[in-house]
Amino acid sequence: MAMKLDKIQLNLLEQVADLHEVPSGAYNIRTNGKAAARNTTANIDIVSKEDKDGIDIIIKPGTKKESIHIPVLLSESGIEEMVYNDFHIGEDCDVVIVAGCGIHNGGDAASKHDGIHSFFIGKNAKVKYVEKHYGYGDGRGEKIMNPVTVIEMGENSYFEMETAQIRGVDSTNRKTIAKLADGATLIIGEKLLTHGSQTAITEFEVDLYGENSSAHVVSRSVAQDDSYQEFISRVYGNNACSGHTECDAIVMNNAKVTAVPEIKANHVEASLIHEAAIGKIAGEQLIKLMTLGLTEKEAEEQIISGFLK
Amino acid sequence: MLELKNISYSVSDNGRTKDILKNINLTIDERFVVITGPNGSGKSTLAKIIAGIITPTSGQILLDGQDITEMNITERAKAGISFAFQQPVRFKGITVKDLINLAAGRKINFTEACNYLSEVGLCARDYINREVNASLSGGELKRIEIAMILARSTKLSLFDEPEAGIDLWSFNSLIRVFEAMHENIKGNILIISHQERILDIADKIVLLKDGEIAQTGTKDEIMPQILGVATVCPQIKE
Repeated sequence: MAMKLDKIQLNLLEQVADLHEVPSGAYNIRTNGKAAARNTTANIDIVSKEDKDGIDIIIKPGTKKESIHIPVLLSESGIEEMVYNDFHIGEDCDVVIVAGCGIHNGGDAASKHDGIHSFFIGKNAKVKYVEKHYGYGDGRGEKIMNPVTVIEMGENSYFEMETAQIRGVDSTNRKTIAKLADGATLIIGEKLLTHGSQTAITEFEVDLYGENSSAHVVSRSVAQDDSYQEFISRVYGNNACSGHTECDAIVMNNAKVTAVPEIKANHVEASLIHEAAIGKIAGEQLIKLMTLGLTEKEAEEQIISGFLK
Repeated sequence: MLELKNISYSVSDNGRTKDILKNINLTIDERFVVITGPNGSGKSTLAKIIAGIITPTSGQILLDGQDITEMNITERAKAGISFAFQQPVRFKGITVKDLINLAAGRKINFTEACNYLSEVGLCARDYINREVNASLSGGELKRIEIAMILARSTKLSLFDEPEAGIDLWSFNSLIRVFEAMHENIKGNILIISHQERILDIADKIVLLKDGEIAQTGTKDEIMPQILGVATVCPQIKE
């Protein structure tokens, strides 16, 4: 499928996938509600769903050191879509999946991308999943994203998820649900920055079913201006397992942040920890950087960019 | 050269005015000047006034003849004042390299970073990408704090109790850092300290007591008196 991206779409692509051009390897690029370009490889197949919008990504067992990019770009105002993407990852794979959604809304109608990504991860497979959400454009139309991620992890599989939403998205309600079998390891790192009057609700629900399974869910966020964030994390230990959930938030201006960590041990050998901290930037951090010659504003930016790095 | 003219600082405590510093007149133009005195004598407050963190109630501060009294922290830093905190600050996500870059005011290369860190006894390879967070010990932070002052290379370097927490690293090394620093930068170094071995390298010692300068002089003039008065500070006798 041939594809030509305009300047706005290329910028979105760079923001959500760190790509400057159409990537090598397997990819599926969706622009303004339609599949725009696709490439498959010997080991990775991408098939359009017939009953609804979305694709099936099928990765052959034993596929190693391959990457899949599936960015979604919305550059026209007023597009609303709901997409189902299913990832079938074979046993013993070692792959990187880069997803992300970029919305440019220069109009007054809301643009909305809702997506459900389901991962079925085979035994001993290793997956790194990077997901970025980004919005810009000075129209009055809202930029809305509601991603759902469902992760079913096979025995001794490993799933690392990096998810980031830095500025620009007016409203997000994201949900991540994971189920872990014996020996599976789940690592989730979330980075979030809201400003203006944005709202962001993120919810994690992790069920540790397997013996010696483990999960780390770590969120770092900055809430500026009048924005609102809510972080809900539930980690349930249903076997001999370990779970850790952590939320660390910087609150600024008139922003509000709620953190609700919940851990539940349904097994005597489950070992679970939760941590949550919310506070403003420490005055001494600002002063230290100012003694190095930074202005107060530069110091604040430095602290935030380090925190969300 | 730094000049403090009639610097006073008072705070309101339950409706009553409490004088923290009273009419401090001091010129710092020597290689090493050490301010010492008992806890609560106003030493750290004076350091913060010099760095612009605290605004004095009255008085004037001159740096190389320029009146910097009205300058804020950033402006004073740019004018040539560096300040190593008594309690270094931790940052989540900011690395040692980030801080040294910020201190130097430019992106420095690995060799330069290595020079600054090895001066304070740290191996750059092990530390350069470490976050300056709770994973570092108090002593490590203290040394990174000093490395930042080296990277800044300003005409006035101010250290608030640099010896605190560096027990694993010897005083000799710390003193060598100060000496090398003077060799390279040729600026004035002002140190707040209780430590006899640091007092020993001073060209001038200022003894602060109850917010006032009790005495100023060379180490030969001041040391015998300080060491003779046990009430001044038990730590000095250690």
